[in-house]
Amino acid sequence: MEIKNAVAGTLESGDIMVQIAPGEGLQVELQSSVAAQFGRQIKAVITETLQGLGIDNASVKATDKGALDCTIRARVTAAAVRATGKDVWKD
Amino acid sequence: MRNSKVVTLEEAIVKSGLKDGMTISFHHHFRGGDKVVNLVVAKLAEMGFKDLHLAASSLSDVHAPLIDHIKAGVITKISTSGLRGELANEISHGLMKEPVVFRSHGGRGSAIASGELHIDVAFLGASSCDELGNASGCPRSENAKSICGSLGYALPDARYADHVVVLTDDLVAYPNVPKSISSCDVESVVVVDSVGDSSKISSGAIRDSKNPRDILLAKQAAKVIINSGYFKEGFSIQTGTGGASLAAVKYIRESMIEQGIHASFALGGITAHMVKLHEEGLIGRLIDVQSFDKVAAESIAHDQFHQEVSAVEYASADHVGSAVHALDIVILSALEVDVNFNVNVLVGSDGIIRGAIGGHPDTAEDSALSIIVCPLLRGRIPCVVPKVTTLITPGKGVDVVVTEYGIAVNPERPEIAERLKAAGLKVVDIHNLAAKARSIIGEPDALPFGDKVVGIVMDRHGKVLDEIHNIVD
Repeated sequence: MEIKNAVAGTLESGDIMVQIAPGEGLQVELQSSVAAQFGRQIKAVITETLQGLGIDNASVKATDKGALDCTIRARVTAAAVRATGKDVWKD
Repeated sequence: MRNSKVVTLEEAIVKSGLKDGMTISFHHHFRGGDKVVNLVVAKLAEMGFKDLHLAASSLSDVHAPLIDHIKAGVITKISTSGLRGELANEISHGLMKEPVVFRSHGGRGSAIASGELHIDVAFLGASSCDELGNASGCPRSENAKSICGSLGYALPDARYADHVVVLTDDLVAYPNVPKSISSCDVESVVVVDSVGDSSKISSGAIRDSKNPRDILLAKQAAKVIINSGYFKEGFSIQTGTGGASLAAVKYIRESMIEQGIHASFALGGITAHMVKLHEEGLIGRLIDVQSFDKVAAESIAHDQFHQEVSAVEYASADHVGSAVHALDIVILSALEVDVNFNVNVLVGSDGIIRGAIGGHPDTAEDSALSIIVCPLLRGRIPCVVPKVTTLITPGKGVDVVVTEYGIAVNPERPEIAERLKAAGLKVVDIHNLAAKARSIIGEPDALPFGDKVVGIVMDRHGKVLDEIHNIVD
């Protein structure tokens, strides 16, 4: 699947900004205000969401401001749709 | 004037006899706008002092310059009610050799009065002062620059410190009456450009919330009060900082008018909301240890029934006459509350110090009804947890916890739970609230605490309650 640079989300409290770029394998770089307690979980949710969308090669940069898992999934999915041009909600 | 005590800051310090290793003290009535601590400590550093113990009633974001003075060995020990911002962050990461000693406002008053916390030299900012040292937080001339209202947290220092220096930015003609600090307690008066920025008093923890969740919580807290059994003619009330607890006053007011109920007094940090109710005749007296905004500071200057009290008169456990002993209802906020109703208001869920004890444990323990108002989650951070990160207010003093997912009542107070249920409020087990939070956020990993003790929490009776460890990145 071809990946273009794409972004979704904001830097507001309770949100996460997800930037996707072309890459080899799945690489997730996370900055989070709750990294000590939830960094591991947040990275897992990002990775699982991308794999669920069939994306196995991408470089992801995420800046988290305490988002819940549902928000993380939504932002990652939106960024993935923009990066691939494949509308997962329609198909 | 004969016997004028006006000198320069440097002369005042020399005259005080301050030596390395001694204790200096400050008040925090200008909160985020304070200019006295940084000014005085910079001068002490310039004069070559080392190894000083800084005993402030509280410290905030604005005191970040202390970091350099700690690194240089000018300040080697701190006692305070709270720490915020970069100073708190550095101390949490192990900046100081000696742990910071945290006390409640009532606990500090008691410790100063008993001599456990001995102050050698107090440096107290005042909005007005005459040449002999009669000082006030109220404006007394057209030149008044910095107004803070009550000087309640400075009064134990003024009374018990060996040597008192008043700093003012408005030197007025003798006699500066009514006064808060008496010339009898003051050795020197120093005139400075500014003691504080009044516009920053209502910053930090004090904000008037428009957040819909805060408003929902405030309405629930008001319903708890109205149906608690304590809402009757002549009741007394205090509200802590935090958007929801401040906003609750608006909704209590409506019920007071509807039911024709009047409060005998409101206590604590006094806000514009409380002043309004007092001026409307709904609250008889205002007992003010700290004026939380400009309206409160102006009210205390003009209204004889708006009374300043010292931290000792406000909240000391060991003074029979302290006002908290007469307090019916208090609404407080929390960073965390656990399933045993223990509360943390000092250390964030990331393990970094980011708050202040304030009067939390004093009012919770002594009031007839204490209500904690907090959301279930702040972002991904849970506020109802299995165990608090740091123990500040023991659960035996906490009666009700109000969240947007329901109201938990301490099992020690079954009669309150019954009254709230009868009023149709959603009373839930606090374990269910903690479990609900976990179901949304998942299981957090343990915080990376180190072995170094960076803070010691004293209870209001002078015993060690908890330790705060350094955090490792």
